[in-house]
Amino acid sequence: MSKYLLDKFLYTVDRDPELVERYRDDPRGTVAWWEAEQANVILNCPGAERSTWLKFTDTEREALATHDYAALFALGAHSFLTLTLFIALFERDYDEPLAFQREYAARLAHWSLPYPDIST
Amino acid sequence: MATVAAVIASTHHPFYYRASTATGDDRPPFADEWVAKIGAFRETLTRARPDVLVMVGSDHFHQLWLDNMPQFLIGKAPFYDANFYNEDREFGLPRMFLKGQEDLSAYLLREGIDAGFDLAFSNELRIDHSITCPLITLRPEADLPIVPIYTNIFAPPMPQPRRFVELGRTIRQLVEAWPGDQRVAIIGTGHLSLELGGPRQFGPHGPDPEFDRKAVGWIASGDLESALAQVSLDSLWEPGNATHGFMDFMLMMGVAGENAKADYTDSLDLFHTMEAYFTWYPDGVDAP
Repeated sequence: MSKYLLDKFLYTVDRDPELVERYRDDPRGTVAWWEAEQANVILNCPGAERSTWLKFTDTEREALATHDYAALFALGAHSFLTLTLFIALFERDYDEPLAFQREYAARLAHWSLPYPDIST
Repeated sequence: MATVAAVIASTHHPFYYRASTATGDDRPPFADEWVAKIGAFRETLTRARPDVLVMVGSDHFHQLWLDNMPQFLIGKAPFYDANFYNEDREFGLPRMFLKGQEDLSAYLLREGIDAGFDLAFSNELRIDHSITCPLITLRPEADLPIVPIYTNIFAPPMPQPRRFVELGRTIRQLVEAWPGDQRVAIIGTGHLSLELGGPRQFGPHGPDPEFDRKAVGWIASGDLESALAQVSLDSLWEPGNATHGFMDFMLMMGVAGENAKADYTDSLDLFHTMEAYFTWYPDGVDAP
């Protein structure tokens, strides 16, 4: 269970326009590259002072590699981070304003309270 | 001593800028009513003739991150750049550049720490839409120096609601004791019921209109007793999964004071959320 790392992926991709496009076009390849090269980078430390222990579970990696935001919700990824990035990825494919956001809600409609815990 | 010229609490809706500037077919049907309400709300700050703005908001995972997350943070810098790439991307928000009131930041940090809040600080802070949205609505010239105060309403574990209220009370006391003759407006933004990234998001109204109705009543009447009795970190998940932003409203109720009735109250039922606007004048205000 590495909710923190899921959130770190969503956060670092969302803030980088090139990574947003790369993740949209090649989700599985981007996740593999990111886990190998970026997952252990401490964001405010030089590259050499990296962590040594962070990795995804198979379930988490597959959820990211398949753009499966419903699975990310179930895994306890931070809902705001997931929503923000996935709007950037897919809102452009819908003609009506907020159509993607409403489809997103519908795909989560089977959930009732309490939602999965987002604590890290 | 400084004067608290106005206390202002509101929601911050990142879509306002785009809705209010859109024209023709792009202009949403609710834009004109929204712009009119914001114009009236803006006048409540203008009438207070502020020199300095203390701005309470919450970084939305822009600069502050889970490897190093402060609960309460005050910016102490001469300048602040503002708004981020993803806020331009999603909301069309412009980049902004703001002056800082660095001596008031230093004073609030020193005195706030001594008053029992172990405040974090930042000497290089990029401000996000939790603070730029109220500038766009209330002071679009963005010509006054600011002191940004960030709270954690996003990443569990968060401080208790009572702690937000206590920090608000302390900010009020400290600003009133700040040596000098400046007129300080204390402005904070949060949310009523709100769902982001969950099944109740982007509905025709906020996810919990009953919570919104109660919350507007608490704020407008300064009913901290009821708010504190009925709001907890656990209960705030129920009206919507992003409703912890209501704790910034509770902080502002602490600034305004127990049972302080707002001098100005307005709201607007929009898709997705209810907007709400409140102004208090602790020392009165000149007639318009």
